Amino acid sequence: MREALRDAMAEEMRRDEAVLVMGEDVAVFQGAFKVTEGLLDEFGERRVRDTPISENTIVGAGVGAAMGGLRPIVELMTVNFSLLALDQIINHAAAIPYMFNGQARVPMVIRMPGGGGHQLGPTHSHSFEALFLQVPGLLVACPSTPADGKALLKAAIRDDNPVIFIEHESLYGARGEVTDDSDEVLRFGEAAVRRDGEDVTIVGILKMAHTAADAAQTLADKHGVEAEVIDPRTLRPLDLDTILASVRKTNRAVIVEEGWPHGGVGANLATLITEQAFDYLDAPVQRVTGADVHMPYSRRLEQAAIPHEEHVVKAALAALEGSL
Amino acid sequence: MALIRRFEEEAGRQYQRAKAGGFLHLGIGEEATIVGTTSVMRDEDYLIGTYRTHGHAIARGTAPERVMAELFGRVDGTSGGRGGSMHIFDAERRFMGGYGIVGGNLPIAAGLALSSDFKGEDAVTVCMFGDGASNAGNFGETMNLAALWSLPILFLVENNLYGMGTSVERHSAQTDLSKKAEGYGIPGRRIDGMDVMAVRESVAEGVRLAREERRPTLIEAFTYRYRGHSAADPEVYRERNEVEEWRQKDPIESFARRCIEAGVLGERELQEVRDKAEKTVLAAVEFAEASAEPALDTLYENLYVLGEDEGWYAVDERSPEPHRGEHESEMPDAARELAEAGAAYATQDDGPRPNPATHGDAQEGVEPEVAEEVEERAD
Repeated sequence: MREALRDAMAEEMRRDEAVLVMGEDVAVFQGAFKVTEGLLDEFGERRVRDTPISENTIVGAGVGAAMGGLRPIVELMTVNFSLLALDQIINHAAAIPYMFNGQARVPMVIRMPGGGGHQLGPTHSHSFEALFLQVPGLLVACPSTPADGKALLKAAIRDDNPVIFIEHESLYGARGEVTDDSDEVLRFGEAAVRRDGEDVTIVGILKMAHTAADAAQTLADKHGVEAEVIDPRTLRPLDLDTILASVRKTNRAVIVEEGWPHGGVGANLATLITEQAFDYLDAPVQRVTGADVHMPYSRRLEQAAIPHEEHVVKAALAALEGSL
Repeated sequence: MALIRRFEEEAGRQYQRAKAGGFLHLGIGEEATIVGTTSVMRDEDYLIGTYRTHGHAIARGTAPERVMAELFGRVDGTSGGRGGSMHIFDAERRFMGGYGIVGGNLPIAAGLALSSDFKGEDAVTVCMFGDGASNAGNFGETMNLAALWSLPILFLVENNLYGMGTSVERHSAQTDLSKKAEGYGIPGRRIDGMDVMAVRESVAEGVRLAREERRPTLIEAFTYRYRGHSAADPEVYRERNEVEEWRQKDPIESFARRCIEAGVLGERELQEVRDKAEKTVLAAVEFAEASAEPALDTLYENLYVLGEDEGWYAVDERSPEPHRGEHESEMPDAARELAEAGAAYATQDDGPRPNPATHGDAQEGVEPEVAEEVEERAD
């Protein structure tokens, strides 16, 4: 995944002179997670810029640069650090095109890794997809495979809107086929159906897209249940049509995310499904979420706070209760 | 300067008449700092300011009528009624915005300067902000970045002695604001912001340093707003005689005197300037009055730069309508009905404007005082 993301940036930087990368330790150090490895060598200090630890100003400088005609990619070291930049992200990047009535554009990408699993504790492990999902004016991407990561990041860089690009720390080492075609981009708002099934729809994002797929396999192997697995890939815009079509077929839905339960991605999607496909539902929409706590450091506690395959299996079986 | 003064007085009057809403921050008294600055800027230079920037836009060449229409929330306003008084913007004249968040414009200014530098352009960014913003984290962060990257930028603090109602002595440990960026490698100087020629001279040098030597500097211009922080300000934090003292140094009157003494202008020419300002501002009000309210079907416009095939689920055009569900095809109708129902509230006449800062509080006596002063100034 990390190479796919790096290639996406490098290809777009070759294609468009206005693209630049800035962030903490992105140049000489090659990125805290090595996603920007090699970019400094190829593109030089003008286009690959180490910044001070000043999140709000890094993002703000990106906003200004974007308004001035550049296409900055800003890397924030973790999603938790994005909280220091929320003023620039929400009050400025997201609002400027609207509040100045289209006179200014903010074509920028704000990349940030998040998610638990590495014992990074309460300030480096969170999942804030829902937070950004709520803000009109932002686009939100959450890729789960290297191919999607590359194609979505390229699309994000080319897009004229501010894009929150959320990466999962545990997926940086993920392997997968990636196209060499530098023209291949993935349009935002196109979900991927990872597995066809008739019995229950499971929607998972980021690392939970994989957990959902694993659970579907177990459901098939051990319970004779054929789950349809959907990875929305972007949350704004959201490919609700694909999800609804699946739910109308299976009549059951499970949503899996690592974020907190209250006001989460699952809460939002459950509402949309209930509004749009209530008559098709044979069971309440099930949500599997991260625990409602700050991410604990202890490996045992941390793992207890993250959804796993068996949770998803259990939720799917609960949705199917009485019909098996 | 005379035009800005007259515009701001009229804006205050229109606010009292409830033609303009929200918060209204007037720059009366600060004209020399504004005009001195813009008078030495080139067309390609960027100017970015705060929520007190009607005058800045006008000084940059934006038609006063379009600023007034924005205050009125009308379709011909600088932001089509989306931004209001605090968010004036004119891309064509590179006035890159009024911003409602104190210090929010600082990093953006650095980014604008970066964009010109990156493209090898000559343009300079002039970033104006208030004394209060010098305490925001963005101030230090941006000074550091600007110096570190040798950005073509000039910072100008419009020090009007108060961050809202808190005096500089009460809000900044270092009261010499020109020194606050020295540690970041940005030298500063203090100037008389009531003297348009002094402002011109200093800003010209600051702009030159930015343009030719890529050296950011900080100018602290002492100025004073005669009016309250916003039109909703009871001004309990300062004495009336302080305002009077500053009025003696009025930037417009003093410059007019200088012009007469130097024989550059006569009384008749000065009167012509005032008459012209009067005429322009009254025409601006007329224009704003005549401008249409924004159409309801534009509510969601310019939220995104749209590509093809944007679904309703990118922008949920139903909110805050009760979400009835399973009627996707009815969305545009639902959005329209909702907007119409909401907009109906805008036409309700609920009497005199409630003061947004004190509405619901027990601060009696605020309204008459503000109103009285406005009437007095409008004479």
